Amino acid sequence: MEWHEVFKGVAVGDVPAAVFEEEERERRGLFGRLRRNLGKARAVVADQLKAALYVGVDRRLYEQVEELLIAADVGVDGTIKVVDELERRCTAKKIESREPFMHELADVIAGVLRPEDPETQRIDVTARPTVILMVGVNGTGKTTTIGKIAWRLKEMGKTPLVVAGDTFRAAAVEQLDVWAKRVDCEIVKQAKGGDPAAVVYDGVAAARSRGADVVLIDTAGRLHTQVNLMRELEKVRRVIEKQLPGAPHETLLVIDATTGQNGLRQAQEFKQAVDVSGVVLTKLDGTAKGGIVVAIHETLGIPIKLIGIGEQLEDLRPFEPDVFARAIFGSDDESA
Amino acid sequence: MFDALTDRLQGVMQSLKGHGKLTAEDVDAAMREIRLALLEADVNFKVVREFVAHVKERALGAEVMESLTPAQQVVKIVNEQLVELMGSSDSRLAFSGHPPTVILLAGLQGSGKTTTCAKLAKLLKKDGKSPVLIAADVYRPAAIDQLQTLGAQINVPVYAVGADVDPVDIARDGVKYAREHGDVAIVDTAGRLHIDEELMGELVRIRDAVKPHNVLLVVDAMTGQDAVNAADEFRKHVDLDGVVLTKLDGDARGGAALSVRAVTGKPIKFVSTGEKLDDFDVFHPDRMASRILGMGDVLSLIEKAGEAIDEKQAAEMEAKLRRAEFTFEDFLDQLKQVRKMGSLSSILGMLPGVPGMKELKNVQVDDGQIDRIEAMIFSMTAQERRHPDVIDGSRRRRIAGGSGTSIQDVNQLLKQYREMQKMLKAFSSGRMKGFHLPGMSG
Repeated sequence: MEWHEVFKGVAVGDVPAAVFEEEERERRGLFGRLRRNLGKARAVVADQLKAALYVGVDRRLYEQVEELLIAADVGVDGTIKVVDELERRCTAKKIESREPFMHELADVIAGVLRPEDPETQRIDVTARPTVILMVGVNGTGKTTTIGKIAWRLKEMGKTPLVVAGDTFRAAAVEQLDVWAKRVDCEIVKQAKGGDPAAVVYDGVAAARSRGADVVLIDTAGRLHTQVNLMRELEKVRRVIEKQLPGAPHETLLVIDATTGQNGLRQAQEFKQAVDVSGVVLTKLDGTAKGGIVVAIHETLGIPIKLIGIGEQLEDLRPFEPDVFARAIFGSDDESA
Repeated sequence: MFDALTDRLQGVMQSLKGHGKLTAEDVDAAMREIRLALLEADVNFKVVREFVAHVKERALGAEVMESLTPAQQVVKIVNEQLVELMGSSDSRLAFSGHPPTVILLAGLQGSGKTTTCAKLAKLLKKDGKSPVLIAADVYRPAAIDQLQTLGAQINVPVYAVGADVDPVDIARDGVKYAREHGDVAIVDTAGRLHIDEELMGELVRIRDAVKPHNVLLVVDAMTGQDAVNAADEFRKHVDLDGVVLTKLDGDARGGAALSVRAVTGKPIKFVSTGEKLDDFDVFHPDRMASRILGMGDVLSLIEKAGEAIDEKQAAEMEAKLRRAEFTFEDFLDQLKQVRKMGSLSSILGMLPGVPGMKELKNVQVDDGQIDRIEAMIFSMTAQERRHPDVIDGSRRRRIAGGSGTSIQDVNQLLKQYREMQKMLKAFSSGRMKGFHLPGMSG
């Protein structure tokens, strides 16, 4: 999937040719980059796996796969499910050597991550304005993700507008302001300590009067256990709904790839509070593998939409279950 | 914070308690549960393996088999092993005889370094030090503004020279500045990936330039299996002295604490437990282990209470309680004292038995409730506060209007007040002997 395909409502005619060329270049380098960026620790575990593997498929191999999955933060339940399914398939297909075994493993994981309807992985920007609400716990990269999405939209000929709804963290507004300047888009903000619902109200109003296409709303990071802050977020959502029926069109939960099993709790709580429509998995350029998204998708059915694989603007990428599963858990087949 | 782990272990121990003595199968079953619980708590699988092996070895040993209460012995062993893994004593910062003492904070992006700098500074200030913050994160947009804002909030000088200067120079000059303006220099650095050789190299240069007395790694308590990789790389590059564990106010089981400790061999020195700049504590490994096992963090609570509660006031309050003369004015005083101790949720988490109590799982503590109660009491006249019986319908309307609450809220508060009065009368007349906290027995 390419970026212009991620955004439903971007007319191909509006996309400059340079963007297509850029996408083509990114695509060619993507698997390698993913592998490089995603695979740093994977190398360690998978190489161990490789070295330890004899020709055959036996009990010990499954145990090693279990460890690989646990080490990737897939979690105990998810690991048991994946390994059971893998075993079932390998028995049925009479798989007895390493290469097809690894291939099958990646396939099982991709299967868990693939939504029934691939359309749900896209981000619908047909409404004018489209409102995208960004939520998550502290320090996952909400503001940075907004900056990068805004940049993409701009590239595609859309007019983004960002709203500084994080009125709590010191200098959060300034941080988004830097991004707005970098991307060259409008920003709606108020002084720190203001009511986030009020800023958001102004933001949506401004987008309508100024004819912006997509409103990207930043919110303060909050732990899902903080009842009052979660209520505040519910209120922000209600304000948007009231002001613009059908909005927010997208509520994206930003999850840090280093997150362990608590990521599932985060997704549950945010889903309940503001009906999360998709997950953005950030910081995959470290050695963390973000396996918690397997549990999130499997348990809650929330599609993973975007992944962050580096600090550069173009390092926010569409999520592709197969590429992701192969880059992290799979065989060495690099054809994308 | 370690609720689920506590649940699991308590479940295991409960089943062990059922038998008189432990068999080898019992131990195996218990170890399996402990292993799964630790994995679900995000303890690194290698650390889990070692931990379980140690516990099993000791559990199978004579001390358990010959013991009359084998189950308690297993709890004790797990507890001891946890304490051992997390370090067995309080950990302090190293202070230099020639100020300024330099503290360097490092960590991954989003772990909470900048906020931790301010919280640490506030804590040090309370201890009579004069900290200075140094803004050496030149990469994240507005990180310097953030530190400046926080510094202003806690009234601590911030050395900031913008984002166009080499962070190594900022750190070096910042320490010089700190020598003139304080006695502790806290250096905030940019978040960096442990595999980013360039930025790790920069961190090494910062360290060499400022020769810190304490290098602290800031770790998010929600981190999963990868915590060991990051911690190990930071350790190799800059030789850590300790760890700060952040975002412990969430419901993450915090297995990263065990992992990081095991892989770095360095103590966790502080924990960050809330949004407020006061929500920052010294880490107590022994207390934390007790807490994992559901014994509660009573010592921490007592310490907090000691800091917050004025003894004379407390004595007066006790006398009043005995006479059952508890007015809304006293109520307000109580609220103030409770507030000084931190958020209600963090206090609840420290009570014995509470983290393990199933029926309290879904109880949400709303700190906003206290705001409302305070607002209602503030809207009462002095007479109403002292003699709540005079509060009639029209007074209730006025109080609701004045505090921005509803009449139902006011009714609720009055009802609670009356119930409290009744209970106090029962106490003072000695009808409720043997009152004890739930969860303490069994």
